[in-house]
Amino acid sequence: MCGAPDQAVALPPGTDLSKETVLAGRVVASGQPVGGAFVRLLDGTGEFTAEVVSSATGDYRFFAAPGTWTVRALSRSGNGEAVLNVDGPGLHQAEVAVA
Amino acid sequence: MSRDDVLVTADWAEKNLGTEGIVFLEVDEDTAAYDGGHLPGAVKVNWTTELQDPVRRDIVTKEQFSELLSAKGVGNDDQVILYGGNNNWFAAYAYWEFKLYGHTNVKLLDGGRKKWELDGRPLTTDVVEPKPTTYTAAKDADNSIRAFRDEVVDAIDVKNLVDVRSPDEFSGKILAPAHLPQEQSQRPGHIPSAINIPWSKAANEDGTFRSDEELSALYGEAGFEADKATIAYCRIGERSSHTWVVLHELLGHSDVKNYDGSWTEYGSLIGVPIELGAGVKA
Repeated sequence: MCGAPDQAVALPPGTDLSKETVLAGRVVASGQPVGGAFVRLLDGTGEFTAEVVSSATGDYRFFAAPGTWTVRALSRSGNGEAVLNVDGPGLHQAEVAVA
Repeated sequence: MSRDDVLVTADWAEKNLGTEGIVFLEVDEDTAAYDGGHLPGAVKVNWTTELQDPVRRDIVTKEQFSELLSAKGVGNDDQVILYGGNNNWFAAYAYWEFKLYGHTNVKLLDGGRKKWELDGRPLTTDVVEPKPTTYTAAKDADNSIRAFRDEVVDAIDVKNLVDVRSPDEFSGKILAPAHLPQEQSQRPGHIPSAINIPWSKAANEDGTFRSDEELSALYGEAGFEADKATIAYCRIGERSSHTWVVLHELLGHSDVKNYDGSWTEYGSLIGVPIELGAGVKA
């Protein structure tokens, strides 16, 4: 299904981190979590790949693949982005500060 | 058709909330979005359970569509404004279904929930209990805007096949959008001769549609041939509805179909050709 799943930190049951490449983290403004931010995953060429809404605790999560990714957040508190270089499956985390 | 016949702005919508004869419908896959706050007066529609048949894989029938709109308080003469999350993917799917069953007075809120929220416009958790109507769909399903699998196979090398998924889904690197687990079992790749124009290129960062000039340039540069018939597809038909709105409604191409079976059907068919990689026309 194409809707945004629950963006809580816990991974869905059955997620196999030896196979899945999960990108996750928190959107923050001045150190405080930002819920309801629009978090966009851009591939190595800057092309849009996916978008989720951060949870009340500011968390986001994507299922992707190894490569270079940019996580860009838009919010009422401002925008910001972080770059992840992902070399293999597993949980890869990045905080995105917006201002 | 001009842009004003297809879209309303957030400003217009805010001024027209609660206006007699205008019904706002929020269309999401996950209705938690609506429950957490929606446009004042808007009624929720669940894409998963209300716009598809609950048993067969198909859109709702004409009778089911009529029952749905009756229950949602939509009259045959009402203007319907559709909006939702996910950059209006599911609202665009609903828009396509409304046109399919002949409800002509329907528009999309440009930017959907995202622009509305980023603008800081009012949201409410007050639940709306629609007053039921007796809605009758104006016509049988208009299959001039809906493609089925056999005509998709016949369209290889003949029509514009526009694959609106992300480049990694198109090439076969991944099977589903990156916010979803990659558990599907069908074959990856794309329909031979398809051009890859991700739906997202048609939208601004805030979820609004790009200008007509930008959209014309985008498709032209990607190898879209304006004098040919077109079929758009994605994974389950909702992102391609977004592109159908662009090509058929905003840019006014006359023969554009949405293939709602999309990759989850095509990529599971026995014996059809599949192409991997970036594609010949990319």
